[in-house]
Amino acid sequence: MSKFKNTKSIQLPEISTASLPDIVFMLLFFFMVATVMRDDTLLVKNELPFADQVEKLDNKSLIMNIYAGKPNSRYKNIGTEARIQLNDKFSDVNDIKAFILAERTSKREQLRPFLITSLRVDSDTNMGLVGDIKKELRKVQALKINYTARTGEAADNFKP
Amino acid sequence: MARRLAPSVNAGSMADIAFLLLIFFLVSTTIETDSGISRKLPPLIDDPTTADIKKKNLFRVELNQLNELLVEGKPMVIGDLKSAAIAFLDNGGGPGDRSCDYCKGQRDTQSSDNPNKAIISLINSRETNYATCIAVQNELVSAYTDLRNREAQRLYGISFVEMKKNLKDARDNNDRRRLRERIKKIQAMYPEKLSEAEPVNQY
Repeated sequence: MSKFKNTKSIQLPEISTASLPDIVFMLLFFFMVATVMRDDTLLVKNELPFADQVEKLDNKSLIMNIYAGKPNSRYKNIGTEARIQLNDKFSDVNDIKAFILAERTSKREQLRPFLITSLRVDSDTNMGLVGDIKKELRKVQALKINYTARTGEAADNFKP
Repeated sequence: MARRLAPSVNAGSMADIAFLLLIFFLVSTTIETDSGISRKLPPLIDDPTTADIKKKNLFRVELNQLNELLVEGKPMVIGDLKSAAIAFLDNGGGPGDRSCDYCKGQRDTQSSDNPNKAIISLINSRETNYATCIAVQNELVSAYTDLRNREAQRLYGISFVEMKKNLKDARDNNDRRRLRERIKKIQAMYPEKLSEAEPVNQY
């Protein structure tokens, strides 16, 4: 009666894990390629607002970043008032002029008219600070600005 | 002496090494946002001359320190702002040759003459929240985009946003030139005249 063999005694063949490294390498290469190392370490809170009428900034080398927002929890000694961050340090409104001029001289002359200032301002900031930044930018003729925003509905800004 | 084979290297730990690297890159990845609302600031002039702008050609949008929206002095919710801005821009109620023939608005004599004349003025207080201000600007820009889309659809059978996207992808020089001309023409029909005043203190 070999027809009624005990099926329990047949073991499943082991799954080969030989291809596991290949799969992991594939993922690894994806993340290596997709990773953009941040140039600046953020010292301020930077939750950008939402907008849907956004234009993409193509050329990364043409962008000057100005961050603004409340200091991070690590920098509580600075205070809770919203601050400006240029490069890697907290700055004053008066420093913007020097920053823009320095950025400008570091770029090739042909590219200088196309420089764009990207304002990366935290949602929870008063417009007074933004107005001050804009006034300083106008003084150094850096007129092209971009309110950097996440893509989303305008109504997302009012969700808690 | 018999030839000895080189011992094979055990590759069992390769997966572990790869995992280690993978986790490092996973953690360090930040998906950068590099898109936003583009604006051009007015140049700083020492002695600004006062321009003569008719009151009916000016659309006053105000944001006070409590983030309340006032349009032409009346309170409004942000959801209604876009349609109000479109109604203002597309009014075309000017007399005779100053009216516009492509506008589909009410032709109200109390509202704007022509999209070329219509100016939106955004005034905010120093205490206004940045996110609110961006939301309002987003609505105003989307009003312009809507009108431009409509005209581009009517004239060329393709929306304005699509045209801009095609310009980026276009390879042929002739195509690019033609697209750029068309975009310029649509932009001239509804020029973006959005003025941002310096924040004021309101008490």
